[in-house]
Amino acid sequence: MILEVKGLTVQFPTRRGVLTAVDSISFAIAPGEVLGVVGESGAGKSITGMAVIGLLDPPGRIAAGEVLLEGRRIDNLPHEALRRIRGRRIGVIFQDPLTSLNPLYTIGQQLEETILTHLDLSPQAARERALSLLREVGIPAPEARYGAYPHHFSGGMRQRVVIALALAGEPKLLIADEPTTALDVSIQAQIIALLKRLAGERGAAVMLITHDMGVIAETAQRVAVMYAGRIAEIGPVRDVIHSPRHPYTAGLMGSIPKVGTRQEKLMQIEGAMPRLNAIPAGCAFNPRCPQRFARCLAERPDLLSAGTSQAACWLHALGEPAT
Amino acid sequence: MPSVNPLLKLESVSRDFDVSRPWLNRVIEREPRRILRAVDRVSFEVLKGETFALVGESGCGKSTVARLIAGLYRPSEGSIAFGGQRLQMIFQDPYASLNPRWRVRKIIAEPMIFIDEKKPVGEFLKQVGLSPDDAERYPHEFSGGQRQRISIARALAGQPELLICDEPTSALDVSVQAQILNLMADLQERLGLTYLFISHNLAVVSLVADRVGVMYLGRIVEFARASDLFAHPRHPYSRMLLDAVPDLAMSGKPRTPVAGEVPNPLAPPTGCAFHPRCPHANERCRVETPKLLSDVACHAVEEGRI
Repeated sequence: MILEVKGLTVQFPTRRGVLTAVDSISFAIAPGEVLGVVGESGAGKSITGMAVIGLLDPPGRIAAGEVLLEGRRIDNLPHEALRRIRGRRIGVIFQDPLTSLNPLYTIGQQLEETILTHLDLSPQAARERALSLLREVGIPAPEARYGAYPHHFSGGMRQRVVIALALAGEPKLLIADEPTTALDVSIQAQIIALLKRLAGERGAAVMLITHDMGVIAETAQRVAVMYAGRIAEIGPVRDVIHSPRHPYTAGLMGSIPKVGTRQEKLMQIEGAMPRLNAIPAGCAFNPRCPQRFARCLAERPDLLSAGTSQAACWLHALGEPAT
Repeated sequence: MPSVNPLLKLESVSRDFDVSRPWLNRVIEREPRRILRAVDRVSFEVLKGETFALVGESGCGKSTVARLIAGLYRPSEGSIAFGGQRLQMIFQDPYASLNPRWRVRKIIAEPMIFIDEKKPVGEFLKQVGLSPDDAERYPHEFSGGQRQRISIARALAGQPELLICDEPTSALDVSVQAQILNLMADLQERLGLTYLFISHNLAVVSLVADRVGVMYLGRIVEFARASDLFAHPRHPYSRMLLDAVPDLAMSGKPRTPVAGEVPNPLAPPTGCAFHPRCPHANERCRVETPKLLSDVACHAVEEGRI
């Protein structure tokens, strides 16, 4: 396993009490594997990603749990040590390519700087490497674009540059937080194909955070569905999509309109995800769940085995599939 | 597409924007004026009670068309005829489109200024699934989905025949999007509303639309009934858009990889604007702009090459 997250809990102390944004979640990603993390706004998916790379905004902090990169604990490292690991062994891709690039430097300078920070190369070799990275992410005529500034590029091309930057240190783990959300569908398809190819070729582990189940279906092998700071369901993408084991996943899949299938109405989950200061007792999903029963109101379910997946739902308490 | 009585009719509507540098720069640097044609000779009709959708990627001009119809812009050429009394608009961002200093009551009552028979605000709130008590609250007390419900209630208060919905669910989470789309379908059924629906999301369009216009770089490249478009797209651009939609069913069907990006609208390609990205382009496509013939603007389709 390249990344192992065990019982990770992230809390935000506020004046009105401590908010738990991520509540003891555990998962692991193998080399060459893409794990999708999907959920709606406020489910805690981005905060999980930030906690893994040690970039939580204060006052957020890891209150419990461990993050292991290639078997070594990294969540308790001092800032400077963690900073060296980010970029070298962990590459990060954010949603908005404009904010990840410095507008005052050419993309060539930014790539060279990153490469020289993390790898022991001569400036000449760094330039060679920067050009080959740009070629790899599909930037046409990289020699000609080397001296261009970020604003000279379109959104899709900028995101390719950001991916090249993330790959510059030959990372073992790539964390991509909504990498295609700001892009048009046709560009999105190109970026998905690129991410998939690079993860496969380099044997890197990828944590792909997105709200878009379609992107997950295209890219990931396994998916974790998050709800109110916890993993509601985790399993192989195909199984989670085709036979969801958690009522929330089932509702989520039913709410997604699908091209070309004739349907009058979408399936609807009533209500909204609870705020962090008002998470219900028992299962956090119980007020919206069509299948809730007494136990759901009283006890909070942990992940239980359900077919090839695991679901945090009492329907699977006996290991039997939901009826 | 002849019809008895269209509610809305656009005839060869164009809209130019002057994006020139300031006068002094132009004089000193000897630059010409630069005109961006955001909408180029767009014609279509919307029939009473139907949902007509405009779909396309960013910068294709679909939102400009919406704003032209709403009267927020004047057309540079062409004419827009609206056969009704009132139209209302729902915007994409429910955080920006509601006045944060106004109570919900005032927001919803505003469009009723021009209406003689005023109905109580609470009635509109009930129609969109909110409580009449919510009228005394401020927009910041609501979630994104609830705010979009308030926008819809405000639009309904104007008692419109036509509702222009510009990406009404793009800023919402999928489960909330489902609630809003279902609500809009209910309201259309109950109140006989006509929707002009603008979206980049093909899956949403395939759910809500009766007819669809596909836009590329300011022009409509294909008209079709929604069911036909999603079963048999004809224009190469429509095909490419459909191929780009992530395959949620994971059927593993082979797809043509999507190439290239939308060109700069300040310097659109000659001939057919799509030709640099089109796998079927030939010499004629590079030179001659295709006309909309039997609802498709494509030389390859016209010649029977695809």
